[in-house]
Amino acid sequence: MNNINIMLPEIFLSLSIFSVLMIGVFIKKSFNLIFNLTSLIIVATITIILTNPNNEEKIFLDSFTRDAFSNYFKILILVSSLFVLNSSKIFILDNKLDKFEYPIIILLSILGMFFMVSSNDLILFYLGLELQSLSLYILASIDRDNLRSTESGIKYFVLSALSSGLLLYGCSLLYGFTGSTNFELIASQLNKENTGAVFAMVFILVGLAFKVSAVPFHMWTPDVYEGAPTSITSYFAVVPKVAGLALLIKFMFIPFSKILLEWQTIIIFISIASMILGAVAAMVQKNFKRLLAYSSIGHIGYALAGVATGVVSGYQSAIVYISIYVIMNIGAFSCLYLLKKDGQYKENISDLSGISKKNPLLAISLLIILFSLAGVPPLGGFFAKFYVFVSVLEKEMYALAIIGLLTTVMSAFYYLKIIKTIYFDDSVITFESSKNRTAQISIFTSCIILVTFFLYPSVLNNIVNTLFIN
Amino acid sequence: MSFPILSTLIFLPLISSFFILLSKDRTSNNSSIYISLFSSFATFLLSLFLWYSLDLNTSEFQFVEEKSWISNFIKFKLGVDGISILFIVLTTFITPICIISCVNSVKIRVKEFLIAILVLETFMIGVFCSLDLVIFYLFFEAGLIPMFLIIGVWGGARRVYSAFKFFLFTLLGSVLMLVAIIVIYWLTGTTDITQIYEIKIPKEYQNLLWLAFFSSFAVKMPMWPVHTWLPDAHVEAPTAGSVILAAILLKMAGYGFLRFSIPMFPIASEYFTPLIYTLSIIAIIYTSLVALMQDDMKKLIAYSSVAHMGYVTLGIFTLTKQGIEGSIYQMISHGLISAALFLCVGVVYDRLHSRMISAYGGLVNYIPKYSFLFLIFALAALGLPGTSGFLGEFLVLTGAFQKSYLAAMLATFGVVLGAAYMLWLTKRVIFGETNNSEVKKFNDVNKSEIIMLATLAFFILFFGFYPLPLMETFSVSVNSLIDNYDTAVISN
Repeated sequence: MNNINIMLPEIFLSLSIFSVLMIGVFIKKSFNLIFNLTSLIIVATITIILTNPNNEEKIFLDSFTRDAFSNYFKILILVSSLFVLNSSKIFILDNKLDKFEYPIIILLSILGMFFMVSSNDLILFYLGLELQSLSLYILASIDRDNLRSTESGIKYFVLSALSSGLLLYGCSLLYGFTGSTNFELIASQLNKENTGAVFAMVFILVGLAFKVSAVPFHMWTPDVYEGAPTSITSYFAVVPKVAGLALLIKFMFIPFSKILLEWQTIIIFISIASMILGAVAAMVQKNFKRLLAYSSIGHIGYALAGVATGVVSGYQSAIVYISIYVIMNIGAFSCLYLLKKDGQYKENISDLSGISKKNPLLAISLLIILFSLAGVPPLGGFFAKFYVFVSVLEKEMYALAIIGLLTTVMSAFYYLKIIKTIYFDDSVITFESSKNRTAQISIFTSCIILVTFFLYPSVLNNIVNTLFIN
Repeated sequence: MSFPILSTLIFLPLISSFFILLSKDRTSNNSSIYISLFSSFATFLLSLFLWYSLDLNTSEFQFVEEKSWISNFIKFKLGVDGISILFIVLTTFITPICIISCVNSVKIRVKEFLIAILVLETFMIGVFCSLDLVIFYLFFEAGLIPMFLIIGVWGGARRVYSAFKFFLFTLLGSVLMLVAIIVIYWLTGTTDITQIYEIKIPKEYQNLLWLAFFSSFAVKMPMWPVHTWLPDAHVEAPTAGSVILAAILLKMAGYGFLRFSIPMFPIASEYFTPLIYTLSIIAIIYTSLVALMQDDMKKLIAYSSVAHMGYVTLGIFTLTKQGIEGSIYQMISHGLISAALFLCVGVVYDRLHSRMISAYGGLVNYIPKYSFLFLIFALAALGLPGTSGFLGEFLVLTGAFQKSYLAAMLATFGVVLGAAYMLWLTKRVIFGETNNSEVKKFNDVNKSEIIMLATLAFFILFFGFYPLPLMETFSVSVNSLIDNYDTAVISN
């Protein structure tokens, strides 16, 4: 009976998904009901996780772990999904995406991510990853009558399937060379002489890098971000990244801890490449979603810089980074839901021109979020970067730190360009005064957190520090 | 725990800017203006009280406040000594003047402008109060946001270019400083500067760290050859923006040299002295020559600022008592004089909307009061004895003569050039032929303008004749700065 308690959030989530699915099948026009139920399920799952103890427990032949680390990520995933989903509700209705499957598939992908972050075994890890990916393919092409949405779904499916294949190949190699699929057993079998295992590691890394859209496996990101409906893009930009990063850290922490040096070299390269590409490619973008895609590539680069240190303080800084990244991106995407004119949602940067005159509150929120994304103190984004660079410099990786900070300056340029459009240019479009309260609440929450973060900047660190105690 | 006077000083403008945000002004902006004036005066009085109650016989940091901020890592530590108090008072003195000036010159979005100014004041005071490297960096960089908006939203025709150049230059300079700060943390285990002074950074790291800090301060100062953002920023910024930029933001770098570079890296400071001398001399002579050739009044004053900052860096790195005291004096006096000159340009700009020297001429015939004040400021800028501008340059040169005859002689040559461009400017604007009929219709300075300009003129003359209050304030701190430096260099 205790074992069930350990998996309670997953079990609850699965059962709820099936019951809501049944409601959807038998009740017509049930989008609203299912949407609200989904929010309720998410809140209930958060409560279950919070009320359960989070000491480390392993079940099912040590293939499933519940510990503080996985619980932190689960809560981050749930809370961000809750915000993403609720702030996009009016957008979904306006764009006739109100199919009852929509929230259910989101729940399914959350379930997949739950298994990912809790997995302690290659097979469970792969199953979770695939459940998540399959849900995401459907989500990307959910607007099935729209050419761009379908295209982005297919594109994402083909590339992602390829990367999953590589990852699976890596897993099988790893099993062949170490004789086990369990993370701890793999760790005890691995050493530097085991060349085959190093190959396996590279394949697994490719798969994970694809999921977090790090360079050079980022090609799908801009197209999918631009093509998919904004509500889906905001989900893509936030939630799967969190799970992917958790897995990267987990792989580094447990199975590959003995061959850290090889793994680190690749991550350093990926991190630098992502930071540079994120900064350079975003400069010429005209579409706000596409720009956010490149900006997210850059941000993953910074988070990976923290991972690349190979020490616990570095992982912690990466977790803090991704948490703040989530807050900033939820705010940024929620702003897109307010840019409505004659029932059409605008997503070009030039459409933002001069909104500071007509929509001063939206303008100031974007200002805060964008300066925070650029990492200018005293906003939250600065502290995210600061912690990462503190741990990078602890390991005396000066080149990584200096390149990282120089790309910060480069990326500041395109954030400033948007701010320039908002504040310095003349207004072109008068947007409707939006009644989208949930999106406004998301923006407000995100801005308040970013602005007041400096008052007590160690709040996240104090939580994250407890994740690695065992 | 005594009353946290420094935190109050820092956050008072921020809190009042929040009240302005809440104030509901639809037609006029009166309540915003009154709130900001009131709060900036209150801050000024508070800083005067701080100066008055500061014990000038010790070089220790006073009114120290310490709070745990990032657990086990960084403390939120504030404190003032004889050097920083003057910069704080300068900041709180200039801010109300800026607010008065914007009543005449800012026509759109007045409320937002006042908020930006007050937020900027918070960050500026924070820079001069902080006793922790990370806190310092935080305030130092945060000032970019309001300044970027001030230039970009209320600026002139090429404001976008200037705002971007300002922001990116400064940010690029400072990121290396952030690297250095974190490296210092890993070397010494703290970012509290009073502890770093004691621990002493190992010799082999000093040069690189010094250069990293230098890259930030050189851009902010600005020193030749990274000064090019300054003329652009000054020209496009609205009057109040130019005033703050010239009077206070430029002083952060000089303060940074005194507070961080020299005490933390004494050996590197000695090693790089020739570099600083060279750059300062080039700045003094080259930018003075450039200033001679300008057609735009604001650009001329901007280039003259670069030249004056050349004296400051030269004086600081003579590492003699006279040199450093001269530099501090020069910074304070330049803060007053350049503010006054930019306000003067603003006064005529509000009337004619041109900054070109050729658009004016013969102003003395039509607006004599203005011309009289302008003349005082111009003479102060060229360092006429009896104005505060003289004393700073004189002390810097005295200090320089002790270390390098060549540098001192070349710098003295700069004084002549300074006189040349300032007098020529005066000749073309105030005297000479009037070739623009618009000028004849000018009204002389109105009440608010005369309050600003006369106050500044009073203090420029007062500190020109009676420098003791300033000298007494920083003398002990400068002595201990030099003593520590000498011990460090000798023990090396």
